[in-house]
Amino acid sequence: MPEIRVTPLGAGQDVGRSCILVSIAGKNVMLDCGMHMGFSDDRRFPDFSYITRSGRLTDFLDCVIISHFHLDHCGALPYFSEMVGYDGPIYMTQPTQAICPILLEDYRKIAVDKKGEANFFTSQMIKDCMKKVVAVHLHQTVQVDDELEIKAYYAGHVLGAAMFQIKVGSESVVYTGDYNMTPDRHLGAAWIDKCRPNLLITESTYATTIRDSKRCRERDFLKKVHETVERGGKVLIPVFALGRAQELCILLETFWERMDLKAPIYFSTGLTEKANHYYKLFIPWTNQKIRKTFVQRNMFEFKHIKAFDRAFADSPGPMVVFATPGMLHAGQSLQIFRKWAGNEKNMGTVGHKILSGQRKLEMEGRQVLEVKMQVEYMSFSAHADAKGIMQLVGQAEPENVLLVHGEAKKMEFLKQKIEQEFRVSCYMPANGETVTLPTSPSIPVGISLGLLKREMAQGLLPDAKKPRLLHGTLIMKDSNFRLVSSEQALKELGLAEHQLRFTCRVHLHDTRKEQETAVRVYSHLKSVLKDHCVQHLPDGSVTVESILIQAAAHSEDPGTKVLLVSWTYQDEELGSYLTSLLKKGLPQAS
Amino acid sequence: MKLYCLSGHPTLPCNVLKFKSTTIMLDCGLDMTSTLNFLPLPLVQSPRLSNLPGWSLKDGNAFLDKELKECSGHVFVDSVPEFCLPETELIDLSTVDVILISNYHCMMALPYITEHTGFTGTVYATEPSVQIGRLLMEELVNFIERVPKAQSASLWKNKDIQRLLPSPLKDAVEVSTWRRCYTMQEVNSALSKIQLVGYSQKIELFGAVQVTPLSSGYALGSSNWIIQSHYEKVSYVSGSSLLTTHPQPMDQASLKNSDVLILTGLTQIPTANPDSMVGEFCSNLSQTVRNGGNVLVPCYPSGVIYDLLECLYQYIDSAGLSSIPFYFISPVANSSLEFSQIFAEWLCHNKQTKVYLPEPPFPHAELIQTNKLKHYPSIHGDFSNDFRQPCVVFTGHPSLRFGDVVHFMELWGKSSLNTVIFTEPDFSYLEALAPYQPLAMKCIYCPIDTRLNFIQVSKLLKEVQPLHVVCPEQYTQPPPAQSHRIDLMIDCQPPAMSYRRAEVLALPFKRRYEKIEIMPELADSLVPMEIKPGVSLATVSAVLHTKDNKHILQPPPRPAQPTGGKKRKRASDDIPDCKVLKPLLSGSIPVEQFVQTLEKSTQHPPVPFLLEQHGFSDIKVEDTAKGHIVLLQEAETLIQIEEDSTHIICDNDEMLRMIRIPRIPLSSKLRCLCLK
Repeated sequence: MPEIRVTPLGAGQDVGRSCILVSIAGKNVMLDCGMHMGFSDDRRFPDFSYITRSGRLTDFLDCVIISHFHLDHCGALPYFSEMVGYDGPIYMTQPTQAICPILLEDYRKIAVDKKGEANFFTSQMIKDCMKKVVAVHLHQTVQVDDELEIKAYYAGHVLGAAMFQIKVGSESVVYTGDYNMTPDRHLGAAWIDKCRPNLLITESTYATTIRDSKRCRERDFLKKVHETVERGGKVLIPVFALGRAQELCILLETFWERMDLKAPIYFSTGLTEKANHYYKLFIPWTNQKIRKTFVQRNMFEFKHIKAFDRAFADSPGPMVVFATPGMLHAGQSLQIFRKWAGNEKNMGTVGHKILSGQRKLEMEGRQVLEVKMQVEYMSFSAHADAKGIMQLVGQAEPENVLLVHGEAKKMEFLKQKIEQEFRVSCYMPANGETVTLPTSPSIPVGISLGLLKREMAQGLLPDAKKPRLLHGTLIMKDSNFRLVSSEQALKELGLAEHQLRFTCRVHLHDTRKEQETAVRVYSHLKSVLKDHCVQHLPDGSVTVESILIQAAAHSEDPGTKVLLVSWTYQDEELGSYLTSLLKKGLPQAS
Repeated sequence: MKLYCLSGHPTLPCNVLKFKSTTIMLDCGLDMTSTLNFLPLPLVQSPRLSNLPGWSLKDGNAFLDKELKECSGHVFVDSVPEFCLPETELIDLSTVDVILISNYHCMMALPYITEHTGFTGTVYATEPSVQIGRLLMEELVNFIERVPKAQSASLWKNKDIQRLLPSPLKDAVEVSTWRRCYTMQEVNSALSKIQLVGYSQKIELFGAVQVTPLSSGYALGSSNWIIQSHYEKVSYVSGSSLLTTHPQPMDQASLKNSDVLILTGLTQIPTANPDSMVGEFCSNLSQTVRNGGNVLVPCYPSGVIYDLLECLYQYIDSAGLSSIPFYFISPVANSSLEFSQIFAEWLCHNKQTKVYLPEPPFPHAELIQTNKLKHYPSIHGDFSNDFRQPCVVFTGHPSLRFGDVVHFMELWGKSSLNTVIFTEPDFSYLEALAPYQPLAMKCIYCPIDTRLNFIQVSKLLKEVQPLHVVCPEQYTQPPPAQSHRIDLMIDCQPPAMSYRRAEVLALPFKRRYEKIEIMPELADSLVPMEIKPGVSLATVSAVLHTKDNKHILQPPPRPAQPTGGKKRKRASDDIPDCKVLKPLLSGSIPVEQFVQTLEKSTQHPPVPFLLEQHGFSDIKVEDTAKGHIVLLQEAETLIQIEEDSTHIICDNDEMLRMIRIPRIPLSSKLRCLCLK
């Protein structure tokens, strides 16, 4: 029995370290290759020894697919390809391919230069790893090999984020990566067609949340920033350089313009300008509004937002600073946080990606620093909420759903909801746990047009009560399957047809002559079988379609006539019917 | 399968393919060469043009002098320019299901097709094709609408009058169908019917046909199309290039195994090498400027201009032209320059890698930044303040009949210091210049057409090996002006089928198979038998379901169990449908085995020789000349068995039911043929 097997090496009932193995029709695909922010030991990377302990990964995997550039989806890639060793193709979209190596390099720097980790991947490894990447375009069908094909759909989570369909023959799996079902200020909404996969693997970060409208959160954010700036305070917004940062920049930029505010807005790292440049070059990946207006005004050319210099942190007066990294655990955002935390006039927000263990980090910071500044927690992360997830399931119409990238408890809730609403099975394997789904793929064959048309000519919709059967012969030659009419099959293979004929004797009491009996049979059948061609031939026999009826005298009993009803196998039903009809006798002659 | 040919222009094709119950339009190019018969539309009142003498017949009859003007021996229509539309009468265009666009030049007739014919289908095109196509249309509409012309000439179109006119007006075809330009409203409505597609995207049409765009290497987002079902494949090749310019290279491999390859959009200047033309362009340009003259380059706002700007970018400093201003004037100049930078995924590898840095893929960004290249929506406004001479101006329209180019022709035409360099191959430069004669300015013709030439075509055809080639008739003979150049035509075996405007071709196609899916339950029940080594057979009796042009075979329903006497009686009273098809039988019956089977009791019937009743005890076998006769005396049944036939004769048809086909042991090798 063919089957689809799914094993999460990461993101199984957990957020972080996304890495899911899928086996479909003999093909093995690895979906994402992320790191876990919550760990700094071996557990930060997926355990690739699960795939093979001794062999080369390349021999076991047909391809690797990366859904987007966040490190919890691609952070382990250089380790996987260069240190464990994988030389097969790695697929990702072009923006992901452009931005991913920058974030990997950033990650490497923090790990090696700041934390002093040894045995980490090198810059060269990142470069070598990226050489194995093949860019895929939206909706393009990429033929990985003769049988395995993949196709990317827009996911709207970050620039270049994609959902992937993995297909072999008539079997398919869709992996959503992270996605967002509502368009935001710079990206559009995720979309997929009714592709009816055998399995949909979806993220479930916000499995239980129905989020209030984005507008409200934005208004809330702007109001708080505005208030702080008005009373002369400083606002620290720790962010990742790419993604939400651009959305918030657009938000503040337009607000500043509308309110004619003068307080400076800074962006902390040199990366940002570069990041904004990526957004300018990848305009087709942004939302419709930006795409339509970019010629007049490129939304990523900010007038009010300037590069930040370390010295600015000590300058008096209000300001807004976007600083990286978003988790406040190191780097510039932590430095600024230390400086400003003591003043209750200031405000810091966390526009963050949900990460487990992160809040603790903040707690430590607060305890040490005696944080007097206001700390606001605001979530702008672009994941689909429960409603969005249900919406996507409805769009794709999968036969099964599998949840990853979420907390077990919340998954449980969503699983029930999906099973109830869509009547499909829903799974939520833990890391290392395998889900096996039997599939029953149909077999495509070529049917000769003659046979098909003969069948179609008899009406398109078969009557449910009297199903009509199509008879043909399937010729299987190597892997070429053809369904042809039996005549054609015999002819092709040089075989002769075997004629099968039945003749049944029916005894009738009739004292008249044979010819007269035949006439009576003829008129009787003619009146009963109105839709059939009943003929009386000159030689005295009667035919109904191709069934022949002859009347003869009985050798012993002159008062009995014998009807010989003869038909071929093809007419078996009608022949049988006529025999039983004639056995009931003929109506009295009028 | 049929091909309806609606356009006679080989590089601006418009064909309709009928294939498996779908009607697919391939491109809708607009033939704009008709505008060459009209007077230019000047942006600024031109005394020269407005004072041209009216044309009169040889006999002095001057009734046409309002409509027709004469300039240096040529006659022009003084009216709003008109375009030659694709044929609209050959096929009911409201039946067109989809329109496939191959590149932005081949969609210019779209508003005429989608807006006024009852068309309700979908148009498929790549994003660059749509965006740049929109720019081209916007520019066209703008050029024509901003110079409103009261006069609309129609008298000359009268067939009897047209006969009397001088060439080329006399020979202009289909003048009655010529139409004025569409409006922006029609453009927007037409473009709203487009669905964006990416290269190698498989698009299902009604479940019957799959279409796929492939990179064609000619322009940003330009595509060839594969139209295929599971057993037939048509390739539509339109405007392809093998040269390395800015677009993604042409995908040739996917064109293999085509039954039919429709070939359009080859180079219009097969004798000119694009590379040497670019060289000539640069040297003429710098020479003119060095002598203090101005250079005018009539061009489209997108396409070759990107390559020219890139060449100049490399050339400017070495040629000492850094101080010369380059102007790009078009209502869509800015949009075109901006759009070119955001379509990284549609560009050649070199340019794609730039965005990873991240840098804009085209160097004209730097030309703009350093103020070497300036762009303006028109000659009015800022341009008039910034204008410095000598300079180089890129502007449209290449026909020289409308657009800002008309102004520069009037302005610079009288001085031999200035040069006009023709790079666009769509219009004959001599005809384009005719209404400006006499001219003092230098005219240089360096047409740059990167589309396939005949050598490349012949290589391509050898490579992809289509069974049949279909092309416009122009490609099956040498160009009229070079009739000895038999190398300037398509040479393939079998010879290409050619078409001309308003022709309908029956494509040489015999469809023999169709895909059908056998459901797993049915597949499990099949019993394959090996007939020859490597060849197996299985009889299939199944229920056919057809939905959305997809066919599925499901297992036959189990015979309903008779539930009551009454029902059964009624069932047997029903007159059976004589059309029920039976499996075909083949092979011969091994008599001994057959008799044994009949004798056996049925406690453990060997499938499929199943006998439900008790065995027969009184079987007699007689040999005959051709075979055997088996007698079942008790049952009063006689069975004649011969090599290729069996005849069962009996009194009781219940008996017949019992010895029905599945129970007859045909030679075991072939029994699968008669399995029920």
